[in-house]
Amino acid sequence: MGAAGLARVAWICAAVGLLVAPWHGLEGGLAELGAWPAGIATPLLGLALGDRFWLLPPLGLLVLATLPLFGLGNAGRILTFAGAASVAYIFAQGYAIGLRGLEWSWLAPILGPEVPAQAALGWGGALAIAGFTGICAAGLAARGRFGGDAFIAFLVIGSALLLVLFVFLPLLRVLQAAIYEHDQFAPSALIARLTASEAWSTGCVADGVGCGVVWNTLVLATLTGVLTTAIGLAFALLTTRGELRAVRMFRALTILPLITPPFVVSLALIVLFGRTGIVTQWVSYLFDVPRSRWIYGMPGVLLAQLLSGAPIAFMLLEGTIRAIAPSLEEAAATMGARRLTVFRTVTWPLLRPGLAAAFLLGFVESLADFGNPLVLGGDFDVLSTRIFFAIAGARHDPGRAAALAILLLALTFGAFAAQAYWLGKRRYVTVSGKGDSGVPSPLPRGLAMGCGAIALPWAAFTAVIYGIIMVGGFVHDIGRGDMTITWRHFVTAFEVEMQAGGAAFRGAAWDSLFTTLEVSAISAPLTAGMGIMLAWLLARQVFPGRRTLEFMAMLSFAIPGTVVGVSYIMAFNVPPIELTGTAMILIICFVFRNLPVGVRGGIAALSQIDRSLDEASATMGAGAFTTLRRVILPLLRPAIVAALAYSFVHAMTGVSAIIFLVSAKYNMATAYIVGRVEAGEIALAIAYSSLLIVLMLIVVLGIERVVGRVQIGRRGGRGENEPAEPAMRLGA
Amino acid sequence: MSETAVRFDKASKLFGSVRAVDAVDLALPRGSLVTLLGPSGCGKTTTVRLIAGLELATEGRIEIEGRDVTRLAAAERRIAMVFQSYALFPHMSVLENVSYGLVVGGARRQAAEAEARQMLDTLGLKGMEARLPAELSGGQQQRVAVARALVLRPQVLLFDEPLSNLDARLRRRVREDIRDLQRRLGLTVVYVTHDQQEALAVSDIVVVMRDGRIAQMGTPTELYEQPADAFVADFMGEANVIEGEVIAAADGRARLAVGGSKIEVAMRAGRPGKGRIAVRPEAVTVLPVAAAEGGSNAIPARVQRAAFLGQHREYELETAAGALFVVAPSGAAAFAAGESVQARIDRAIWLG
Ligand SMILES: Nc1ncnc2c1ncn2[C@@H]1O[C@H](COP(=O)(O)OP(=O)(O)O)[C@@H](O)[C@H]1O
Ligand SMILES: [Mg+2]
Repeated sequence: MGAAGLARVAWICAAVGLLVAPWHGLEGGLAELGAWPAGIATPLLGLALGDRFWLLPPLGLLVLATLPLFGLGNAGRILTFAGAASVAYIFAQGYAIGLRGLEWSWLAPILGPEVPAQAALGWGGALAIAGFTGICAAGLAARGRFGGDAFIAFLVIGSALLLVLFVFLPLLRVLQAAIYEHDQFAPSALIARLTASEAWSTGCVADGVGCGVVWNTLVLATLTGVLTTAIGLAFALLTTRGELRAVRMFRALTILPLITPPFVVSLALIVLFGRTGIVTQWVSYLFDVPRSRWIYGMPGVLLAQLLSGAPIAFMLLEGTIRAIAPSLEEAAATMGARRLTVFRTVTWPLLRPGLAAAFLLGFVESLADFGNPLVLGGDFDVLSTRIFFAIAGARHDPGRAAALAILLLALTFGAFAAQAYWLGKRRYVTVSGKGDSGVPSPLPRGLAMGCGAIALPWAAFTAVIYGIIMVGGFVHDIGRGDMTITWRHFVTAFEVEMQAGGAAFRGAAWDSLFTTLEVSAISAPLTAGMGIMLAWLLARQVFPGRRTLEFMAMLSFAIPGTVVGVSYIMAFNVPPIELTGTAMILIICFVFRNLPVGVRGGIAALSQIDRSLDEASATMGAGAFTTLRRVILPLLRPAIVAALAYSFVHAMTGVSAIIFLVSAKYNMATAYIVGRVEAGEIALAIAYSSLLIVLMLIVVLGIERVVGRVQIGRRGGRGENEPAEPAMRLGA
Repeated sequence: MSETAVRFDKASKLFGSVRAVDAVDLALPRGSLVTLLGPSGCGKTTTVRLIAGLELATEGRIEIEGRDVTRLAAAERRIAMVFQSYALFPHMSVLENVSYGLVVGGARRQAAEAEARQMLDTLGLKGMEARLPAELSGGQQQRVAVARALVLRPQVLLFDEPLSNLDARLRRRVREDIRDLQRRLGLTVVYVTHDQQEALAVSDIVVVMRDGRIAQMGTPTELYEQPADAFVADFMGEANVIEGEVIAAADGRARLAVGGSKIEVAMRAGRPGKGRIAVRPEAVTVLPVAAAEGGSNAIPARVQRAAFLGQHREYELETAAGALFVVAPSGAAAFAAGESVQARIDRAIWLG
C-alpha cells in the first residue's frame, strides 16, 4: 500500500474516532448509545468544546494531518509528527487525568485546581489511536523508512504499540505497585518487600517452622526439574534404544497433559490419596496406618507436577536421542567398545545438552504452575499461590503481590538466561539433515532394566490417574469411594431443559463453558493472525528496531501466568484503559500470552520457505501485501493451523492468569472448576474436567487429521536439540 | 532511443563494509546475451540483483532502457528473473505460476491464462498446465520458470546460474534452448555463471568479474585471445603463465626470450620488454627431440606426466621456462613420462 493511501484511510479512522464515536467507554453497553451525541456517549469534539479544553490538541493535530492529503507541506514530516504526537498526547492526558481528577499534581498550575474526573477511553479513543498510528506509519513510509512500504510500517508500528500496551506496560505497573506505598514513592518499601522473611526465611532448617516462599518454590522446581528429566529419560531411552516398541502408546500419553487443565491431575491425586481417598482407605484398612493429609503439601504438588511434566521431558529427550547419529555409536562399537562403554563415552555426553534443556523446562513449568499448588498445596505455599492470595485473599495487598511477582519473574528470567547460556555454548548436536542410516546401539542390560523399573510403573500410574478423571464424573462420590453410577454431576452442571421456546441451558456450568468457548474461539484466530504476521515481519522484512520488536514479542513467553494476571489487574483496572470485568481482557490476555508460540512456529515455517519465492513474486510485480496473501500465507497454512490449535487449547485450559481476570459475568471453565474444588465438590469438578478433556481431544485430533501432527506444548515445542524436519525446500 | 538496455554508472553495493559490487560502470546493448562470469563471491549475483531491484544500490545510478531505476523496487521495474532454485510456487499449478505475474499486474484471469498457455506452448510444455511444480522433472521446472519470466515481456531477463540444478547432459541442451529463445525474441538477457565453457558457448558479451569489479568485458573471442591480465587469461580457459621477454614485435608476430631460448611466435599486442606471457595448453605442440618441425620455435622439455583422456592427451612438461601444461590431439604421437622432447610454442599472449 502506498503511503498516501494509508494516510487517507488512517485519517478517516482518526476523524471518526475524534468527531463521531463516543470518546469514553460505555459502561452499560450499546444501550447507552441512545444518549449520542451527548451524555456518556459524547465524542471528543463535544467534550473539548465543553469544559475539557485539554482534549483540543488531537483536533488540532488532525487538522494539521489534513494538509499533506491536499499536497501541502512535507508529507513525511507532518504525518509522522501529527500521528506520533497525538498517540502520545492521548495516552498522557489519560494518565494525567483519571477517575479522581488530576493524577499528576504537578500539572495543577496549568490545568487549574478543579479538574473534573475523566473516565476510560472508549471506541472513540481506540479508533483515534489506531488512526493516528496509521498516520504516523504513513509519514514514516513517505520518509523512506521501512523500505517505503506503508503497509509494513503500519504493521510494525501497530504491533509494537500493542506489545508495549499489553506486555510491557503491565510489567511496569507491577514494578510501580511494588515501589509505592499508600500512593507514596517508597523505595524502602520495595526493598523491605523483596527481602521479607515470608520470602527468604530459612526457619525450616533450624526449627521446622516453615521456610520462605522463595525457598519453597526453588526446592519444588528443582525437584520437579530433576525428576521429570529422569522419568522422561527412562521413557525416551526405552522407546529409542530399548527393545520396547510401545512408542505409539507413549506418544498418546504425551498428548494428555497438554490438553488437560493443569490442576486436573491434582483432583485425581486427591481421589486416590486424600484423607478419604481410595488408596488411603485401603492402606488404612490393610495395614492399619492412620489416615493423614500428607498429599496436601509439597509431596502432592510435586507428584502432580511430575505427572504433567514427565511427558514433555520425554518428548524433548526423545528428539535429542533420535538426533544422535547411530553411526557415531556404531563407530565406537567397531573400535571395540562394549555397550556400556559406548553409552558412557558417546551417547551420554551427546545427551547432556538435552538433559539440561529438559531440566530447565521442568524447572520453569514448575515455577509457573499455579493450579496444582492451589488445589494441593495446603499450607505449602509457592510464589504463584502466594501472589494470588495477596490479591484475592483476606489481606489484599497489591504492593506485596507485586514484589512477590517480581521475585517470581526474576527466577523465571534467571532460568531462561541459564538456558540461553548453557545451550548457546554446547550445541554439539549431530543433526545433519541427511538421513543417517545405521542401527542404534542397544541399551546396556542393567540400564534397560533400570529404565523399565521407572517407566512401566509410572505409565501405569499415569493411566490410573486419567482413568479416575474419566470415571470420576460418572459415579456418585469417587472422593469417598462411593462408586454408584450416576449422571448427577453432569445434570447439575449441564442440564438442558426442552421448553416450548427451545432449549434452556439450566446447568450451573453452561455459562462458564459458553464464555470459555467464545473467548477461545475469538482469541485463537487473533493470536494466530498476529503471531504469523509478526513472524513474517521478523523473518522477512528488514527494519530498524527488528530485534527489539522480536524481544517484545517473545517476552511474554517468559512471564508466568500469575504475574500476567496480577499485572493486568493492576494495569487495566483504572482509566485510561479500563478492561477488568470484561470479556475483552480475557481475550487480550490469551492473545498476548500465546503469541510467542505463533511467532516461533511462523518463523520456523518461514525458514523452510525459500526467500527466492518472495523475490520471484516481487520481480513479477507483486507488492509485499500481494506476496504475503498469495504466496506466503497459503504456504504457511500448517503453521497457521498449529497456532490456531495451540491458542485454542491453551485458552481453554489456562488458569493461572485468568483466575485474576474472570468476573461473575464472564467466568471461565477452569476458574469455575477451581471454585468447585474449593467448595469441596470434587466430583463435579472432575465431571467438568473430563468434558473439557474430551472436547479438546476432539479438537486436537480433528486438527491432526487435517494437517498432521500438531505441536501444542507451551514451552516443550521444538527444543533446540530436536532434529529438524526432513528439510523440505519449498523453493523448487 | 538509446541502444543500451542496462547502464550502471559507478554503481556500488555495500553489505556492511563488504563491497560486493564496487563502483561498476557497465553498458549492456539491447538484444544481446551478456554473461557475468567470475569465481564464487565476486559479486555476480549481487549485480543481477541490483538490476532486478532485489537489492538497491548503495551508491551510483542504474538505468534500464533509459529510465532511472536506482530507487525503484523490484515490483516497479520491468524485469524478470529466473532463479537458481527456479522459485516456482509449490502450491500453484504450472498455469497459475505462469499467469501469476499477469494476474497480479491486474490482467483478467481468462486473458492471463490464455497468454500463459501460449507461452507454455512456445516452450514445449503443452499438457503440463494442471501439474504442480513437484510433479515436473528438473528440466521442465526450469522451462516453467523461463515461461513465467517471459510471459511478462520484460525489458531485461535475468538468469542466476540457471543450470546448476541440472545434470551435465541436460545443461548443454537447456543453454542452447535459452540462446535460441533469446535470439528468436530479440531479448536482452543477463546471465550469471561461474562456468567459462557455458559463458563462451552462449554469450554475445562476457563480463568477467573479480572482487566486485569488472576485470574485462568483451566478446568471447576477445576475452579468450586477448585477456587483459593473468586472472582473465586463467579464468577464460587454462593458461600457462611464464616469465619472459619480448625482443621484437611486429605484424602479429613476436620474438621472445624464454628460459634461455629464443623463439618466434604468433602474438598480438606485444611490446618489447620483460613481462609475463600466457600460453594456452593447445598452443603447444610436443615433438620428438630430433624432429625438424620444431624449428626455431621449440624449447627443450622433459615429460613429467602423461595422461590419455580419449579425445585428447594431456602432458605436464618441465622446461627451463617453467612447467607447461599441454593438451594434444589423441591422434598425435604419444610420449611417456620421463622422455625428453621439444615443445614448440605456436601462439602466446602478452600479459605485460
Ligand atoms: N545479503 C548479503 N549480506 C552480506 N554479504 C553479502 C550478501 N550477499 C552477498 N554478500 C557478499 O557479497 C559478495 C558477493 O556475493 P555474490 O554477489 O553472491 O557473489 P557471487 O554470486 O559472484 O558468488 C560476497 O563476499 C558475499 O559474501
Ligand atoms: Mg551467486
